[in-house]
Amino acid sequence: MAETAYVPTKEDFELLTGRDITTDKNFASQSYWKGVAIHFLRNRRAMVGVFIVLAIILLAVFGPILSSYGYRDIVSYTDEAGKQVVAKGIAPQIGHAGDGPFDQYTFLFGTDDLGRDQWTRTWHGARVSLVIAFVTIIIDMIIGMSYGLISGYFGGAVDAVMQRIVEVANSVPRLVIVSVLAIFMPKGMGLVIVALLLTEWIGMSKIARAEMLRIKEQEYVLASRTLGAHSMHIIFKQILPNTIGPIITQVMFSIPTAIFTEAFLSFVGVGIMLPQCSIGSLIENGFNNITTLPYQILPPIIVLALQMLGFNFIGDGFREALAPKLEDM
Amino acid sequence: MEMNENTILKFEDLDISFRTNAGVVHAIRGVNIELRRGETVAIVGESGSGKSVTVKAAVGLLDGNATVNRGKILYRYKNDDGTEKVVDLLAMSKRELRTTINGSRIAMVFQDPMTSLDPTMTIGKQIMEGILLHKRGDKAFAHARALELLELVGITDAEKRMKNYPHQLSGGMRQRVVIAIALACDPDILICDEPTTALDVTIQARILELIKDVQDRLGLSVIYITHDLGVVAKVADYVNVMYAGKIIEVGTVNEVFYEPKHPYTWGLLAAMPDLETDDDRLASIPGSPPNLLHEPVGDAFAARNAFALKIDEKAEPPLFKVSDTHYAATWLLHPDAPKVEMPKELQTRLERAKKEAEKYQ
Amino acid sequence: MKKYILKRVAMSLATLLLITFVLFVLVRIMPGNPFPSERMSAEQIANKRAELGLDDPVLVQFSRYMANLAHGDFGKGTSLYYGAPIKTVLGQCISNSFRIGGLAIFIGTAVGLILGITAALNKGTFLDAFCTVFSILGVCVPGYVFLIFLQYFFSYKIPFFPYFFDSSRFLFSSVMPALSLSLFTMSTVARFTRNEMVEVMDSDYVHLAESKGMYGNMLVTRHILRNALIPIVTVLAPLIVDLLTGALVVEKIYGINGIGKLMVDSIAGEGVDYNYVLALGILYSALYIGIMLIVDILYGLLDPRIRVASSEGGDA
Repeated sequence: MAETAYVPTKEDFELLTGRDITTDKNFASQSYWKGVAIHFLRNRRAMVGVFIVLAIILLAVFGPILSSYGYRDIVSYTDEAGKQVVAKGIAPQIGHAGDGPFDQYTFLFGTDDLGRDQWTRTWHGARVSLVIAFVTIIIDMIIGMSYGLISGYFGGAVDAVMQRIVEVANSVPRLVIVSVLAIFMPKGMGLVIVALLLTEWIGMSKIARAEMLRIKEQEYVLASRTLGAHSMHIIFKQILPNTIGPIITQVMFSIPTAIFTEAFLSFVGVGIMLPQCSIGSLIENGFNNITTLPYQILPPIIVLALQMLGFNFIGDGFREALAPKLEDM
Repeated sequence: MEMNENTILKFEDLDISFRTNAGVVHAIRGVNIELRRGETVAIVGESGSGKSVTVKAAVGLLDGNATVNRGKILYRYKNDDGTEKVVDLLAMSKRELRTTINGSRIAMVFQDPMTSLDPTMTIGKQIMEGILLHKRGDKAFAHARALELLELVGITDAEKRMKNYPHQLSGGMRQRVVIAIALACDPDILICDEPTTALDVTIQARILELIKDVQDRLGLSVIYITHDLGVVAKVADYVNVMYAGKIIEVGTVNEVFYEPKHPYTWGLLAAMPDLETDDDRLASIPGSPPNLLHEPVGDAFAARNAFALKIDEKAEPPLFKVSDTHYAATWLLHPDAPKVEMPKELQTRLERAKKEAEKYQ
Repeated sequence: MKKYILKRVAMSLATLLLITFVLFVLVRIMPGNPFPSERMSAEQIANKRAELGLDDPVLVQFSRYMANLAHGDFGKGTSLYYGAPIKTVLGQCISNSFRIGGLAIFIGTAVGLILGITAALNKGTFLDAFCTVFSILGVCVPGYVFLIFLQYFFSYKIPFFPYFFDSSRFLFSSVMPALSLSLFTMSTVARFTRNEMVEVMDSDYVHLAESKGMYGNMLVTRHILRNALIPIVTVLAPLIVDLLTGALVVEKIYGINGIGKLMVDSIAGEGVDYNYVLALGILYSALYIGIMLIVDILYGLLDPRIRVASSEGGDA
């Protein structure tokens, strides 16, 4: 060992003075959230997820803007004979010199059966899907959290009644909700949003309630209760910040659910309607033309899968960062 | 393999590290512990000092990310033909360890009885399992033995309890069952990993008495892991004080309790609640144990030590001999070191405790 | 335990009744007109309404509906299938959906369990990584996308399997839809099993069993599997309901006359067939609640902590 090689001198045996031994230097510098952040940032998979999601968001925002075609524009030109030539079913290509009518045009993802640029439509569709997912999940988060926190905080009869409602609401399959909604409202984006709003809050409320029940009895809450703090103040000022971790994790898992739901509702024809497009309606369109234009279905499917992958990775990362196991500390 | 004749288990220069996402944690840094036949050795230290890891290495329960860098754990046992044999437990395969050592020769009692019993199996089955596994007899024998064990550990109505599931028993009862499981195959060594920490204070004493009682009756050698010095005083013959993966003081109970040499041991003793101390504040050791992700330079305790010397920041102290049985790893014992006495309050307190103890002997 | 089961059954029935009533009211009070008004005069519609009892109070209508339902009579569709009894149509659809769904559940659970267990027992190895990647892919790509590819390659490019569902060759033409449907279940079960097993393998009671001398297969079957598999029952429940009822897109793509497709037809066309929406709504809810109930009871039977109510323990 290296220590044995060290020969102590007389001066070494003096008391050390002037040190501060009362401050804990091991742990004092790291707050809880800083620890969570470090853990999350170190998680390679979570970082891949963040990268994927950011890339898709950027492309969804700027993809259609940067494109020279509109998402519903049919690309065409009028030839010498005055006939309109439409860029129908062109395979992915980069503009090049050639004799073909559209050789100079760039269609990174090709064009669809009507002659619309698939690149523009894919990113426009991704945008629609993301907006639907984010809007509904954030609203659901607010509803679910308020519901769960209130139910858990008051307990007793209030909790019993509120939980019965949750139980009944939870027993109605999402499809049934969609089909009943289809009676009352026109098919389209609104229906998708309302259907998601009616179902996704339940999971959040359960998490919020469980957290509330856990935290409610802890000292600092009891202390402020005895000091006469108002219920709402305690719920929203003291307990809310502590529930934020698990809720955000749930949000990260709900967003892909919302994207999935939108896709399948649009696919079966009760979701996004023409002339709008979304990931789901693009997949449906691709499916309808799969024998003639097989490449058309790939871009929306890949974007869908990457969205799912990204959000799931981020969600996993959050979960691990919030409750680290010793092994991956 | 050299070993004193009476020594039954010996940890030799044990060195273990763990791979984690943050890096390699050097949790055990050269530990030596000796357990003699029929005696009780306690390992004391704060959480994270490496006590549990040390004994888990002996029973093959280290986590998958652990690496044994150096060292041996020697175990002496009698073969069925009566010849004595010494083996290195670390050199054995998991399978060998499970079939020849675990349960049958070295058994373990875990910290939390609420989680250490299989919730889906009746306690009778859980006790019988080990007996059948090590082929000590047929089912009828195992059943009879399980009943006997339940009575031994003080569970009344044993026949009925056999059919109970763990959740139907209280914490203290469950710990008794865990002890019964450990004793099922007449082991030589019982390792108790904080066996009373998770229990109510009133039940703690009864469990300690139970362990002591079965030890006397069955002639077991016991290793106790605890952070509670009160427990140590009650049960142990020898005490090892562990800090940051090293044994920093070792001696008989009397030596460590009444003539402690290491400032860390002083701190531990001073932090013990005591009815007669009229100090308003309970003394505590400042700071927290070092993070072993970063290997400490010099004495690992220096940063929290009010009596640290300059050399503590340069070199690690070796174990200085105090008596034949008493050693401590602190530079304060070096002949060149200034004479530092333990704090006055602790001194008076220990003297008082010593007198108390003598009265009852 | 008996009391617990009875209570759960009663609660489930009450919930189902409540949902049925709400669905009924919602469907009855909906705006618009269940009859194609352009083909009928106002007088004809009024007669028809009276004939169907649509002008009675809702509660009267509801009890009449429930009385018919007791005989399995869901009434007739308003626009789908030209007024054939819903019961007949539903019967055929349920049979198709359940057979394919059942196959998918079987494949998904079996393969998922095998994958999950293998991964957990070989934690940190290549097999584990493979299982992880597989389960991630299965959750990220919807089953119907998988079916689209299967259909394109194995029915269109290489015409081996039928392009559309053919009930005369049931098993053969079920292969592709059942496989695609099982994908999600497979990956969910695999992922859950793996994580659950890894957790159990690190639990105190498994360590205690090891310290007794248990190892290898015996340890796995006696202590690990039992504890890890009980919670899986709860994950399976919603998956089963989804597979039995929610194969909407797959049925649409593969032209299977199942309840999923029926649901799509009843809402996605030009009009909405109210009676089908109601009948399917009741069916879906009943299945959902029924399976949840079965799982709850099963869970109770498997887990002694619920099955055997804790009795007085006494102190140490």
